Amino acid sequence: MAVKSVQQSSRATVRAALKRPAVAGGLLVAYILVAVLILNSLDRSNLWFPFYSTLTFPALVLSPFIILAAPVRGWFKGALIVALLFLIIPYLGMRDSSYLELVIQICIFAGLALGLNIVVGFAGLLDLGYIAFFAVGAYTWAMFTSGASTVFNINGWLVSGSAFYLFIFLGIFVAAIVGILLGLPVLRLRGDYLAIVTLGFGEMIRVIANNLDQPINFTNGSQGLFGVGRPPVPFFLRDGVLTVESALGLSITNVDPLSQQLLFYFIAIAIIGIIIVVARRLDNSPIGRAWTAIREDEVAAIAMGVPLVRMKLLAFATGASFAGAIGVIYAAKQTFVSPESFSLIQSISILAMVIVGGMGGIRGTLLGAVIVTMLNLLVLKNLSLQINALRNVDFVIPIINYHIRDWPTQLEPAKYERLIFGLLLIVMMIFRPAGLLPEPRRRMELQEKDEEIVDEEISPEAGDEQPVVSAVRPDAEQA
Amino acid sequence: MAPLLDVRNLTKKFGGLTAVNNVTIGIEPQSISAIIGPNGAGKTTLFNLLTGIYKPDTGTMVFDGHSLVGLRPDQVNAAGMSRTFQSIRLFHGMTVLENVMVGMHSRLNISLFNTLTRTAGFNRQEVHVKQKASDLLRFVGLAGKGDEVSRNLPYGDQRRVEIARALASDPKLILLDEPTAGMNPQETVDAMALFRRVRDELGVTVVLIEHDMRVVMGISEHISVLDYGQKIAEGTPDEIRSNPRVIEAYLGRRAAGVVEPETSAEVN
Ligand SMILES: Nc1ncnc2c1ncn2[C@@H]1O[C@H](COP(=O)(O)OP(=O)(O)OP(=O)(O)O)[C@@H](O)[C@H]1O
Ligand SMILES: [Mg+2]
Repeated sequence: MAVKSVQQSSRATVRAALKRPAVAGGLLVAYILVAVLILNSLDRSNLWFPFYSTLTFPALVLSPFIILAAPVRGWFKGALIVALLFLIIPYLGMRDSSYLELVIQICIFAGLALGLNIVVGFAGLLDLGYIAFFAVGAYTWAMFTSGASTVFNINGWLVSGSAFYLFIFLGIFVAAIVGILLGLPVLRLRGDYLAIVTLGFGEMIRVIANNLDQPINFTNGSQGLFGVGRPPVPFFLRDGVLTVESALGLSITNVDPLSQQLLFYFIAIAIIGIIIVVARRLDNSPIGRAWTAIREDEVAAIAMGVPLVRMKLLAFATGASFAGAIGVIYAAKQTFVSPESFSLIQSISILAMVIVGGMGGIRGTLLGAVIVTMLNLLVLKNLSLQINALRNVDFVIPIINYHIRDWPTQLEPAKYERLIFGLLLIVMMIFRPAGLLPEPRRRMELQEKDEEIVDEEISPEAGDEQPVVSAVRPDAEQA
Repeated sequence: MAPLLDVRNLTKKFGGLTAVNNVTIGIEPQSISAIIGPNGAGKTTLFNLLTGIYKPDTGTMVFDGHSLVGLRPDQVNAAGMSRTFQSIRLFHGMTVLENVMVGMHSRLNISLFNTLTRTAGFNRQEVHVKQKASDLLRFVGLAGKGDEVSRNLPYGDQRRVEIARALASDPKLILLDEPTAGMNPQETVDAMALFRRVRDELGVTVVLIEHDMRVVMGISEHISVLDYGQKIAEGTPDEIRSNPRVIEAYLGRRAAGVVEPETSAEVN
């Protein structure tokens, strides 16, 4: 014990300088400012635009994780993240709405990953058909608002876009019900069987969506539902955009689409915030402990009084409900829903986010979602764009004298998305099998103990003066 | 006095093997009883039948006035019978305290609404759960170890955590499957004192499976002997020690001389 603390204190003095809140805080602010300034000065017409934005935007989007890990005060972290989410990103989005689009996509996948993390990470149930619940949510909203000639449209059952917020709840509810209906027969199965059955279920929902245009048209089949409703943009948001535009001297040509996009951005941020709170509260509760127990040893868990099937159903339904809510938002944002969006590869991508980030941990899962989504939607796409841009100007790599024009189109980075995905997973499994940020809750508890910060979470054990009698059941003698 | 646990004619077959064969056992409330027998005699299988992990082929099990037949393990736990495992089955990634907290599950009000809204009742329950779990850890002699990851504890301490976890559901009866296996002599002596305190201070009836005759003879008031799935003897330690069938069952399989010195080592 003494040796350990001496070692630790000597190492701590080395790190002390960097760990000073003022130094770390200054570095953080500088980091974010540099990223913003670079992004602000980038010009789409620049030949190297894709390259620079690929370098800089991820740095900005990853900054919340750096902020959270930095040794600065809690309020400072909060202030930086609020500034990032509510000032910096909206501002950059007003200049170039593709950034907003990207962050919304990240939020959508992050929400899905957090939901799947409840099922796979918390409760240890391998669900390979998770995307089905996302589809349920998306179709719930799309069927009631799409302009396609479905039974809903023909019979005048359509609802207006303002019912959107109500339908988020409906999406949660319907997806949870579907989760329970699927879970009831399936959750008695163990491990691999569960994975296979859920995989089948995911495909089943997609096939149903594909075929439910006959005899009564619910889903418009493979053509998909188009013209899905969107929530109306509140007037103050549009006014706000105009005010900011004139104040900063921007010239925004697309005020209405931009306001719409901003609305989705704020909705997405809000729903992720809610999901994070819900996931954390579940994790730090008897329910979360029961899930961990089930994941670690089912037999011991049930022998200790944890009702397996009920707790597994709860995990399934909770995870499904997250996907349901996100599905409604996704359908509204895309205004188009088709079975293709809900393929097995999507389920696998979401699982990859959970694994890359660190199964079981909320922050890790978010990190996984950010990294995988950016890889798919920004990095690889931009590399392809960059190659095309260079091809068009007949760029020649100096020294080796290689004409980018000669680069085969089959080898565009965007085309090897899945290859890179697979490689990423293999590398992760070899070097960090527990993910980039494994199980932060327990790691944090240990760290907190090392630093001898006593908070209310751990103080009850410290109260050793209490008599043992309180552990005694009062009615024990009656037995 | 009616037995707290009344097992009659219990039989369990695994294919052609009858692991538990027509066993009848009664456990008096507030007693410390032992179930002994050679390896493979069916002792653990009996515990698994009692706790609902296996379903008996025939026979009845009545606990505290209620039939256990057909109950799931979590229902048995809720009914007031808890257990430990021969091969320690802690939740290895969880802290020691969390392990004990999980043991309280069947006594808690589990509500999704309360969990998400963090009602006052929820917070009170969480404080109570932590307090009680740490009290139990102190009771089994692990005060201050609550934050350690259970995987990192020494073997003997892990067995204690299992006992604390089993006690967390306020059981009326606790089944301990070879609770001193792997312990050194001093730990074994301490463990015996703990089993007595479980009965004397918490009023929990104790049934243990043991191979260590010093423990068996030292603390149990009643002993049942299984061999090839059948109960071949029962009685007080003195009766069992001098029972020819028991001696034969043990001597038949173990080196002669093992029983004698062990039975005389009743110093604890
Ligand atoms: N799930 C099972 N399937 C098949 N056979 C089993 C099963 N569980 C136990 N057995 C068999 O039943 C018999 C009794 O096993 P049990 O584990 O109850 O013995 P035990 O008395 O606890 O022995 P030990 O002292 O070694 O722990 C053994 O022959 C064992 O191989
Ligand atoms: Mg055994």
